Amino acid sequence: MARILSYEKKNTFVHRLSGFTKLLFLILWCFAGAMTFETRILVVMLLIGAGVYYVADIKWKQVSSVFIAIMIFMTLNLVAIFFFAPYQGCEIYDSRTAICHLFGNYYLTKEQLFYEFNVCIKYFTVIPSVFVFLTTTDPSELASSLNGVGVPYSIAYSVEIALRYIPDVQDEYTRIKNAQQARGIEMSAKGSLLKRIKNTSLIIFPLIFSSMEKIEVVSNAMELRGFGKKPKRTWYSKRPLTSIDLYVISFITLFCIATMIITFADGNRFFNPFR
Amino acid sequence: MGKHEPIIEFADVTFKYKSQQQPTLKNINLKIFPGEKVLIAGQSGSGKSTLAHCLNALIPCSYAGDMSGVLRVCGGEPRQLGVFGMSKRVGTVLQDTDGQFIALTVGEDLAFALENECTPKEEMVQKVSEVAGKLELTEFLGSAPGALSGGQKQRVSLGGVMTCDVKILLFDEPLANLDPATGKRTIALIDELMQKEDLTVIIIEHRLEDVLYRKVDRIVLMDDGMIIADKTPDKLLSSDILKSHGIREPLYIAALKAAGAQISPEDGPSSIDTMDLSAHKDKVKEWYHQADKNKEQEKGDTLLSLSHLQFSYNDTRQIIKDVSFDIHSGEMVALVGKNGAGKSTIASLICGFLRPDEGVISWKGRDLSDLSIKERGEIIGYCMQSPNQMISRPMIYEEVALGLTVRGVPENEIKERVYEVLRICGLYPYRNWPVSALSFGQKKRVSIASILVMDPDLIILDEPTAGQDYAHYTEIMEFLKDLRNQLGVTILMITHDMHLMLEYTDRTLVLADGELLMDGRPWDVLTNDEVCDRAYLKRTSLYDLAVKCGIDDPGDFAATFIEHEKRERGAIEVK
Repeated sequence: MARILSYEKKNTFVHRLSGFTKLLFLILWCFAGAMTFETRILVVMLLIGAGVYYVADIKWKQVSSVFIAIMIFMTLNLVAIFFFAPYQGCEIYDSRTAICHLFGNYYLTKEQLFYEFNVCIKYFTVIPSVFVFLTTTDPSELASSLNGVGVPYSIAYSVEIALRYIPDVQDEYTRIKNAQQARGIEMSAKGSLLKRIKNTSLIIFPLIFSSMEKIEVVSNAMELRGFGKKPKRTWYSKRPLTSIDLYVISFITLFCIATMIITFADGNRFFNPFR
Repeated sequence: MGKHEPIIEFADVTFKYKSQQQPTLKNINLKIFPGEKVLIAGQSGSGKSTLAHCLNALIPCSYAGDMSGVLRVCGGEPRQLGVFGMSKRVGTVLQDTDGQFIALTVGEDLAFALENECTPKEEMVQKVSEVAGKLELTEFLGSAPGALSGGQKQRVSLGGVMTCDVKILLFDEPLANLDPATGKRTIALIDELMQKEDLTVIIIEHRLEDVLYRKVDRIVLMDDGMIIADKTPDKLLSSDILKSHGIREPLYIAALKAAGAQISPEDGPSSIDTMDLSAHKDKVKEWYHQADKNKEQEKGDTLLSLSHLQFSYNDTRQIIKDVSFDIHSGEMVALVGKNGAGKSTIASLICGFLRPDEGVISWKGRDLSDLSIKERGEIIGYCMQSPNQMISRPMIYEEVALGLTVRGVPENEIKERVYEVLRICGLYPYRNWPVSALSFGQKKRVSIASILVMDPDLIILDEPTAGQDYAHYTEIMEFLKDLRNQLGVTILMITHDMHLMLEYTDRTLVLADGELLMDGRPWDVLTNDEVCDRAYLKRTSLYDLAVKCGIDDPGDFAATFIEHEKRERGAIEVK
């Protein structure tokens, strides 16, 4: 069964990279994507991102619901930008080319459209990389990578445990939902939204209690096997960096530096086609 | 440390939990020697788990309290070494195998303790493959622990503590969540390991008969925080001490005693296979011939009928294959089979959580397929394994009333029905209490009460007694039996427990790999070798007893004895 945004074991180029490489790639990639408004770089990143997504062989089912949620959020964001700052683009690019009058004070301008196009593409450069990272990185490798970049191991391990339990909690949720439905608690689309939200609490309550039961067992089991004994620990699943990892790390580092240089060469973050 | 120095020594140990008034362990004196296999038995509240927690230093390090006396384990004091220090000497295997897996793959789980020791990776890989080899887990190193069978899971949890080269293995109710055949194999595995490695083993368990499947050196019987007996199994089984302290005797021992046999330690009663029955044979035969024979019970009307049910999740693997059976009004039926045989899927199909690919489920002759989950819930109640999975309201009254409140039943009618159900369930005095103030057994009753209030004709219970000791098991099962006898509720139980099936049910449905293997009386199932093998059940020792005594119809002998026990228990209740 394909589960939402969880790791799936496969043997692709991306899966074979070490978790550390992927984490570093993700951090630098998102940093570059967030900093730059250089449209040409964003387009290049969009193409690379799509390529990586394709290579990683991700099933649409795994990401579709999250993708749709992000798309809704993005649309809201773009509309909100237009309503609250209809001439943001004109300020940034220092020019104003009206296309048509909409209503009241609102004119549609080429500059605003171009600015919002840039915001939109930024979403699309970051989203695939996050999807690829989450679905191709073994949670325990992720933990060892986080620890590798300096995150304390207790926190790194908590992240791993959380990821590992997501599928269990999903199953438990379904079981509890079924039993509560049999008792007559309406969870299907028939009930009103408010009622459904209220009824969800009737599932969350037992879900928390049964999870607490499990947490106690796991934390005892971890302690009995010496977790937290020493300030450091080693990782069984840690993979040594291969030469391919080193190439990827060098690439992303150079890419990030180059992006910054190109972006800030003319003194601001924006590529301006209107000048 | 010489061979005759005890590896574990309790000298006058008393322990009182911070939250309690009375000590849970009282003046414990106990010596365990290297290489011994000791079974610690006792009902819940006897202090046996507290004793175990002293050994791995969870007491007093994680559970606070006052401790006096001296405890030495491998020459050190647990309270000074702490949980971490003890983890290198005592390996604890917990009851819940699923719960104690920490990592995502078998290999990592085996390595977990080594990782915490900062062992370099190469050394770790070598040690893990060594332990995996010993436990025949090499080919599963890359698999997720959750995907393994029950027996393999037990091996992984054992391996997880063995990587530390511990000297003592401590098993906390290892059989509680296993099907009978897997439990038997686990006991055999412990025995094999003890022969190969230099280990001392302590098993905490109340299922005496299953542990005694392989030789045990001593049984320590606990009750009320004290050690009642510390004897060899042969001596202990010859006395009546076990029964009077709430521990169930092996069935063949109970049957021999019922027949009036005087068992002596020289007979070797710890195993039915090797026991000398020459002195008792005739007594058993005589008892069997004069005992009241059980009568075939009349069947009620057909309530629920499954016919040619097929189900698969996504066309790949057939989960349920052409299953048909009927449930009659007033019956108590057990649905058994190993983990993954499809038991829960059948329950989900009946309740409407899943829809069958083919086949019909009908209720009093009417097809159920157009009824929603909610509508089915009014005639078929479903009770999950742990009450914590069901209880969603803080107060007992509200929780029991929930099913009626959401159906818009008038307030005064709700009150009347809830009070009535609470009375039946013995919960009326607590009606205004918060659920959190109740014991586990009482919470279980609350969850059953909240189903009963909707007045269903059939209740499906998933593992009603899992993880319960004999006293709680009896409490829950007698309660269900009363419901059946007084209210006429029909009960279908999913279970692993062979005793439950023998003692309480009229009929057993055996599932194996999605097929219905047998639909018959419990004693016929448990005396059928082929069915037991395929469904991971364990043949009852009553069968072996009957065969060894030269009784022609071992199934009937088992039935006769079980009926006899039921009557005895009934007689005690009347008194």
